[in-house]
Amino acid sequence: MSAIAAYARALAVVEGVAQPITTVAHVHVAARPLVLVPLALAGEANAPLAAMVGTDPASPRLLIVPQPRDRQLRFAFAASLADVVLSYLDEFPVALAGEEPVAADAPQLWVPNRGGLAFLRLFGRSTRFRRTTGEYPVAPGVPVLGRWLTWFAERSEYPGASALLAATEVLGAHWATGQSALEDANLAALLGWIDPPAGSSAREAAREAEDPTVWPPAGPSTDPSFDNEVLAPAIAAYAEAPERSTARLERALRGQTFPTWELTWRAIELMRTLTPGGSVAVRWAADCRQYAGFHRWMAEDGLPQARRDGAVAAARRLLRLEWAQQEYTVSRSFDDPRVMADFRVTGEAFRGTVTEVDAERRVENENGNLVKRPLVVVRTEDPVHLAVGTAVGSPSRPKQSGRVLETDAGLVTVEIAKGLREALPRVGDDVTYSSVLSSGGRGPNLPPVEDTPWTHGGPPEPYVPTDEDAGETWE
Amino acid sequence: MPKLPPPDPRLALLRGSVPPKRHNARTIAALTTNPGCVRRAVLDTAGIDKDALARHLEFPAPFGQSSFAITRGNAFEAQLKADGCAELLTLLRETLELDLTEVAYADLESVGDNTSEDVRNTYSEQQLAHGGENTLFDHPLLRLIVAGQSVYLEPDLVAFQHQGRFHVVEIKSFAVIDGQADPSKVAAAAIQSAVYVHALRQLLGRPEAVADEVVLVCPKDFSNRPVATKVDVRKQLLVLDHQLKRMDDVDTLLSALPAGLSLGLAPGPDGTPTRPVGELTAALGEMSARYSPDCLSHCELGFFCRDEATGCTDALGTAVREQLGGVDTVAEALQLAQGTWAGDEYQAEVAAVLRTTARVFSETA
Repeated sequence: MSAIAAYARALAVVEGVAQPITTVAHVHVAARPLVLVPLALAGEANAPLAAMVGTDPASPRLLIVPQPRDRQLRFAFAASLADVVLSYLDEFPVALAGEEPVAADAPQLWVPNRGGLAFLRLFGRSTRFRRTTGEYPVAPGVPVLGRWLTWFAERSEYPGASALLAATEVLGAHWATGQSALEDANLAALLGWIDPPAGSSAREAAREAEDPTVWPPAGPSTDPSFDNEVLAPAIAAYAEAPERSTARLERALRGQTFPTWELTWRAIELMRTLTPGGSVAVRWAADCRQYAGFHRWMAEDGLPQARRDGAVAAARRLLRLEWAQQEYTVSRSFDDPRVMADFRVTGEAFRGTVTEVDAERRVENENGNLVKRPLVVVRTEDPVHLAVGTAVGSPSRPKQSGRVLETDAGLVTVEIAKGLREALPRVGDDVTYSSVLSSGGRGPNLPPVEDTPWTHGGPPEPYVPTDEDAGETWE
Repeated sequence: MPKLPPPDPRLALLRGSVPPKRHNARTIAALTTNPGCVRRAVLDTAGIDKDALARHLEFPAPFGQSSFAITRGNAFEAQLKADGCAELLTLLRETLELDLTEVAYADLESVGDNTSEDVRNTYSEQQLAHGGENTLFDHPLLRLIVAGQSVYLEPDLVAFQHQGRFHVVEIKSFAVIDGQADPSKVAAAAIQSAVYVHALRQLLGRPEAVADEVVLVCPKDFSNRPVATKVDVRKQLLVLDHQLKRMDDVDTLLSALPAGLSLGLAPGPDGTPTRPVGELTAALGEMSARYSPDCLSHCELGFFCRDEATGCTDALGTAVREQLGGVDTVAEALQLAQGTWAGDEYQAEVAAVLRTTARVFSETA
């Protein structure tokens, strides 16, 4: 919890409405996202019960598993979901530019909450190894769906990636409510704080959102009373007379998913009211690249992802995640003064007015040559906790950087060393310098897989799916 | 087990005219989640029905359980225990590499036709204390002293004795997928098993006779096949021991309360509570709560305490409270931030940070 977010929560309590903790959107919101509201059967390991899915808020499609313990019906559900998701992916063609696969745009999935992310990850896990031939054949789309869902789920772990988003997480990163983070996990309550319905206070709206009879849980877990009083009898009736009882089940499950479907679209609409931050397009381009790469993998070979990463893959993944986290933190703060505000509170950045500029200053470098090293002096009220020599950069001149030369009684002297082609700030300018900087490049530098050192077990054996994986029971 | 002294009469008064609510492993495990809360310690010590109390106060706790989850749990357990725990034994042999050749199975569920708790407990105690090596004991009825009262625990558990030591086996129906399970569920299972280990140790009177590691049995991946994992519960045992000792010290807890305090619901002839809500709220106000948002997911009174904590920094979560300098109320934090209140001397540093936060926040509006 950052200082700004904590303060904003306190303000939200008093103001009676959520407070924005950003000034721009830090995720990409697609023009045509696919929304998916999954429900799972209680007590089972990710047994699908229903999913409301689609790209048009006005015409959701409801897929149900009338008897969630029936393996055949589960796979029929997976096949229908595959039809919807894979035809959506077809809207985003991938071409080859030389050797490189490229996509002009990429698909974007939205689920209501973290539980929805976990559901997709496990659903991908339970379907990606299936085979279309042999002992338990499944529809051709099922293993393909599984591999794509696994890709989306893995991508969603990357800080700043927007291929798969959870509405509660996205909203929570942009607004602070007057309740706890734990309570923010309820999408209806969170939206109640951000955008309370007319004639109701945010607190009332959030309280009402906790009543499962008014707002059914956003899934994938269902309300136990719904399970016992509505779902159990409806499933029992289906067992007796499938034809006559399907409509009843559909009605019940539509009632449990539709409110969340609408809330998720409201979250998307809310995000569209924010201007995207400066680096959102760059990050979305990375999503598009990754999408194109996986698309080609699926077209060429398409082996399912391993059950667990090997040592090398895990090390690579961890490094990339850490790198992405750092880059995301930096670019968010450079895009958004309110995010930068956090570093100003902790003394890692400062904002102030330029009082003096020495543009012609020259110093001797290691080789004895005179080089240009201008000075910029900034007067600031911020509590600066930067040691002399700390590297700093400025959001208004992202290519220009330097180091702190002196801090004294609200005056900070910065020596500019790089990016001198960009104009220097002028006296009277409002400038911000931050010590939280990008590490640069396109990711951590690692040896190629075939040169994996012995410390990491040497070059790994490629993962080959087994018959056992394909025939895994799903009870 | 020692004979118990008569319970403190103040506990009966606190509870009103009803018998104490029975604890089970789940409620005892829940005691360890917010040990700093005096209100909860008092209510649990007195055996007050928190669920009924919360409903009467119009803050009902939404702790329902789905019939699907219950059915699945029972089916999984029945499958493992079928034919004298045949499947469970195979699992213990293979996964834990136990050298179990000849295994006896003793079901302690009923003693002849007599199923009274006292008789069953005595029988369980005898069997466990003198049972043979390599024996699986099913449905033992354990007894634990909680707040000076005897609590019977009926674990869905099998305890087995191997090389002179008992091992607790806990069967749970949440899945372990590719070697990973929901951490919150594993944590809950670990603390619940710790309650059984504790009870079994008390019963045998020899702590070393029960292993610190329990065996957690769950369905593997998406199947009904079981997988066993050893879980070390030493840490949970420490926490549990601490809280149980604290509850034994009834006098310290009660002496801080006004004499004659009661939380009785005064049920009318049809059992409907008649006690005015205002009176109960005032009585609860005599014992300080330590609300945190986590309470909503494990304490029946959580929603009541949340309402009471409106405007307090606690209601926003521990991390927010810390960021706001640990001050009690949101109003105080904002006054410090906006400079309308300087705070006490020791708060100078906190106030400076909050003022900076407020300034940079409004600058970036």
